[in-house]
Amino acid sequence: MAYHEKVHRVRPVLGFILPAGLTGILLALPLLVLLGRGVEAGFAGYLSEPSVVQAAFLSVLTTCISLLITLIFGTPLAYLLSRWSFRHKAWIELVIDLPIVLPPMVAGIGLLLTFGRNGLLGGFLDFWGIHLPFTTAAVVFAQTFVSAPLFIRAARLGFGAIRPDLIEAAYTDGASERVIFWSIMLPLSSRAMFNGLILCWARAFGEFGATIIFAGNLMGVTQTMPLVIYNGFETNLGVALGISLILILISGLILLSLRLLEKDTNINL
Amino acid sequence: MKNFSIVPLALVLMLVLIGCSSPAPAAAPTAVPTAVPTAAPLKIVTLKIFAPSSLTDAAKELTAAFEAANPGIKLAIEFGHTPTQRLQFTQGATGDVFLTASQKDMNDAVVDQTIASGKPKVFASNQLVVILPAKNSANLQKLEDLAKPGVRVLVAVVDTPIGKVTLDMLDKWDKQFGSGYKAKVIANVVSNESGVKPIVSKIKLGEADAGIVYVSDAVGAPELKTIAIAAELNMITQLNVAPIAKSANPEQAAAFAAYLMAPDGQAILKKWGFLPGKP
Repeated sequence: MAYHEKVHRVRPVLGFILPAGLTGILLALPLLVLLGRGVEAGFAGYLSEPSVVQAAFLSVLTTCISLLITLIFGTPLAYLLSRWSFRHKAWIELVIDLPIVLPPMVAGIGLLLTFGRNGLLGGFLDFWGIHLPFTTAAVVFAQTFVSAPLFIRAARLGFGAIRPDLIEAAYTDGASERVIFWSIMLPLSSRAMFNGLILCWARAFGEFGATIIFAGNLMGVTQTMPLVIYNGFETNLGVALGISLILILISGLILLSLRLLEKDTNINL
Repeated sequence: MKNFSIVPLALVLMLVLIGCSSPAPAAAPTAVPTAVPTAAPLKIVTLKIFAPSSLTDAAKELTAAFEAANPGIKLAIEFGHTPTQRLQFTQGATGDVFLTASQKDMNDAVVDQTIASGKPKVFASNQLVVILPAKNSANLQKLEDLAKPGVRVLVAVVDTPIGKVTLDMLDKWDKQFGSGYKAKVIANVVSNESGVKPIVSKIKLGEADAGIVYVSDAVGAPELKTIAIAAELNMITQLNVAPIAKSANPEQAAAFAAYLMAPDGQAILKKWGFLPGKP
């Protein structure tokens, strides 16, 4: 506490205030201008356009599916990585984390060369009558590829933060691996997992680069909200502005909910 | 309400930015070495040229040939979307020569007074062609095949100049091949790509069965198969060239425009799939 009081007594130096202020403006100004221009252009009127309505529906549908896939298939992976150690684990973790920092265009080309018609697995998929590029499934693929690592990382760290003696105690009492997972690990890391899911959803919602390369751009099939912004920018700025405002709103709500969640955690601790 | 203190700061920042932006065009002529005290008798002038991306493939050869023929001139070509470049000129961008993807864009530039009236010349024209993957696994042989159910077709999004021309062309096909043809082709479109280059790449990868692009793009990708489109079913776009009115190097700019119209320049354009300006 003493430290805090001391910090508050001393006024910040101008040398910090000036660059800090400029950075703050740089970050806030474009968003404020977007809000202003959007309201000015009567953005609400554009939100009923068919391309916007279909894109909003498609975005919600695809991100929910990719989130579900991430939860079902990502959780066991995160659990495996945090609970057991094996050879080359550090390298495996690195590869799984890589899509977080990878430019999405790279992800798109990678997906196309792997799951495309002439890709590595293209022949195999073709045998089963599956054709991924230019389908809604490809949108889900692209979103899952770029966003799942965020959840896997959060869940892995969540599982890893659970005190080992709790697990030891459960073992001593004769609990099976299954019981440990469902009754101890999952409930205790649920907040970390939820945090991860929110970040993951935000990332999937904003996905653009991998989608346009791997899935293409067709209204109602693969054209998600970020793609409408891209196409509308040159000819229909009103539509682009309207969707931009919705996405800013959603992003803001996501950050706000994460903040509230963090506060909640602190109180509980 | 601490937030309010941001407003004056923001205004100051904006003024600073506006203040900075006006001397910038004045700095552009420094690209021309005005006082070169070396022994070289030749003053090298660098021409700033704005060109549509359909010229990307042809430009390398054009540049090399023009610079070889004009030792005092170097070319710096900026490729982009013609309507965007036109807007950049109205916002204060400067340059020496403007090449446009279409007649309309050049007419607009004359209205903007970026280009003096009477200066624009049609130096080439471009047509559309259907490109197919090397394998042609959908076995497409003629234009009618694009309407067969299940064919995966790529076109440029309607917001781009070529996307608009593509739709106009489909109207012609509709008349030729019977009603419902255009609707069938559009039903086969699996993606409205953001431009010509992504279409070429995806057809090269064999992810779609057919794409509609400029002939010059197909020439730049010789490994692809094509279905030619007869002149009466095709759309012609005319590429224009003109020196920019405010160019600091009017003499050299005119020389480059003349080179494109001359037999040497025309031969290179023809080699890369462009048609003569006036067919």
